[in-house]
Amino acid sequence: MLAYVVRRSWQFVPTLLGVVLLVFILFNWIGGDPAYLLAGKMPDPERIENIRRQLGVDRPYAVQLWIFIKQVATADFGVSWSTNESVSAIFATRLGPSLTVLVPMLVISTLMSMAAAMFVAYLRGSLTDRAIMIGCTVGQSISILVYILVFQYVLAYRFGWFPVQGWGSGFAENLFVYSALPVIVGVIVSLAPDTRLYRSFFLEEINQDYVRTARAKGMSETRVMWVHVLRNAAIPIVTNVMIQLPGLLAGAFLIERFFSIPGIGREVILAVERSDFPVIKAVTIYVAIATMVLNLVADLLYKAVDPRVQLK
Amino acid sequence: MNAGAASFPGVPGSASPGLWALAWRRLRRDRVGFVSLAIVLLFLALMAASGVGLIAADWSKEVGVSYAPPGFMGPGAADSSAAPSFAPDASPGSPIEETGIADPLAETLAEIRKELAGMSASEARAPTLAFGGDKWGRDVLKKAIKGTETSMLVGLVAAALAVFLGTVFGAYAGYYGGRADDFFNWIYSVFTSIPYLLLVLAIAAVLNQKGVLTVILILGLTGWTGTFRLVRAEYMRHKAREYVLAADAIGVSHAQRIFVHIFPNVSHVVLVQLSLHVVLFIKSEVILSFLGFGVGVDTVSWGSMLNESSSELLLGQWWQLAAATVAMAVLVTAFSLFTDALRDALDPRLK
Repeated sequence: MLAYVVRRSWQFVPTLLGVVLLVFILFNWIGGDPAYLLAGKMPDPERIENIRRQLGVDRPYAVQLWIFIKQVATADFGVSWSTNESVSAIFATRLGPSLTVLVPMLVISTLMSMAAAMFVAYLRGSLTDRAIMIGCTVGQSISILVYILVFQYVLAYRFGWFPVQGWGSGFAENLFVYSALPVIVGVIVSLAPDTRLYRSFFLEEINQDYVRTARAKGMSETRVMWVHVLRNAAIPIVTNVMIQLPGLLAGAFLIERFFSIPGIGREVILAVERSDFPVIKAVTIYVAIATMVLNLVADLLYKAVDPRVQLK
Repeated sequence: MNAGAASFPGVPGSASPGLWALAWRRLRRDRVGFVSLAIVLLFLALMAASGVGLIAADWSKEVGVSYAPPGFMGPGAADSSAAPSFAPDASPGSPIEETGIADPLAETLAEIRKELAGMSASEARAPTLAFGGDKWGRDVLKKAIKGTETSMLVGLVAAALAVFLGTVFGAYAGYYGGRADDFFNWIYSVFTSIPYLLLVLAIAAVLNQKGVLTVILILGLTGWTGTFRLVRAEYMRHKAREYVLAADAIGVSHAQRIFVHIFPNVSHVVLVQLSLHVVLFIKSEVILSFLGFGVGVDTVSWGSMLNESSSELLLGQWWQLAAATVAMAVLVTAFSLFTDALRDALDPRLK
């Protein structure tokens, strides 16, 4: 087990180097000279020269790459170009709001789509199953933007059940007042694709021999579904949620942006709009690391809950 | 496996239909899939007609009053908001005020257009349009058709590019193995360790220019990973098959084995991937254009329509939102259902 973790962690190194290289190529090579972006509308040559020296972009690419690798290794990405806030401080303050929305959203949507998936998998092939599956396809094909726009307009703006947007200071206030509508929208958006995916996990289990055995022993359908099938189908579902997590952190940017939640996702959008390269670079590297670590954790979890799995 | 058998039409007594004939037969029996195929073809025809200028060529003409309501609602429907004759500066075009950076050009451009048009055509404007008008009195239905053209074009071309890259990389890595495989796997692990939308946004930030071509390149160059993995696995499976060994024995070159012998047997995987990616890229393009990193200001796409409609909705003008949403939902639903049917038809083992 330990040997496996060590070996897998070693494999992070070339991948991480690749990510660093990719980000470097994108931002330092294709991205052009950032001094022109920073110097503003009226760039004078002296100012540009100054900025270039400060950022180190006047040096050879090899040196710049080495600087960037050192930044990644020490987790010090400098300061944001637009607000002068240090990048690490941005992350420290934006992670909380992101998680306040994401964790309830993830828990509720996973539970709900598991229940829905189990229900339709139990009725597989029936008219209800087909209708719900087509409903899911239709629901999936409406853009997330439309869900956000309509829910914000109808529930918050028209009916006034929720604040239209904003963020408070207390945790309870944020969780129950400001996060409520974002969580509802997020759950509804992820319900359709998750139900489709989890249904296939359930179907895989329902056709297994042990289910037939359990039925042959005379167990009730409730027990077969809720104890035997559910526990086995939960394995791929849990790992799937783990793998989704880092993508969600950055992917919830639309929700965070519409509801003015000061989270990581909104920070990404703002950084892209302002060409704030240090912030985007840092987000990309951090999220890549999180993805790799969570993939490893997902594999270990798989092993822990299913002893048949052999880690290689 | 019938894919292997299908590539040998010369075998004596093999009057049995090939893979594609069988798949077509299965697809025709699938009613949902067949109807979706018809809808997809209809949209393609719409795109082609709009592309060559047969319909909606005059989408940017300001034919109605500002925010003209749909005809079935009557001209008074929009009275509760701004009076139509006034310049529409009451509602800033950018939907997200707190950032204040969303596309400053659109405003200026709109004002110029407004002034230009206001001088000549303000008298002749219709109070209502069939499906409503936007801020500048342009017909929403024509905009939706034009947006269909843009969004579908981006989706189709970007998907073709991504699937092409994925297929070539996957074929190369899977067929040759060894160093080539290691190299492409490394690139694959790098690309997949960054969440897709984050990567797309990062590249959009770097390129910092809008346009249909930019969007196609961004989506196409980042979206090849899924196809790569599947095609690579298929090639690894196929390269040790007897028909490939036989080709080797009679002296067929590597390139010919890859593209002429093996490719037809994995092309069903590629086709399903193509169809899947069209849907994915249409959705991505809508989000990119909405955020203002997508198509330029002089192009209309579903994403830019949704962007405009987010501020219109607050004034109670829902028609542009409805037009873009319905057009997109119908196409994407039909395309997704068609993809499912295609997969079932091409690979009957999967249910």
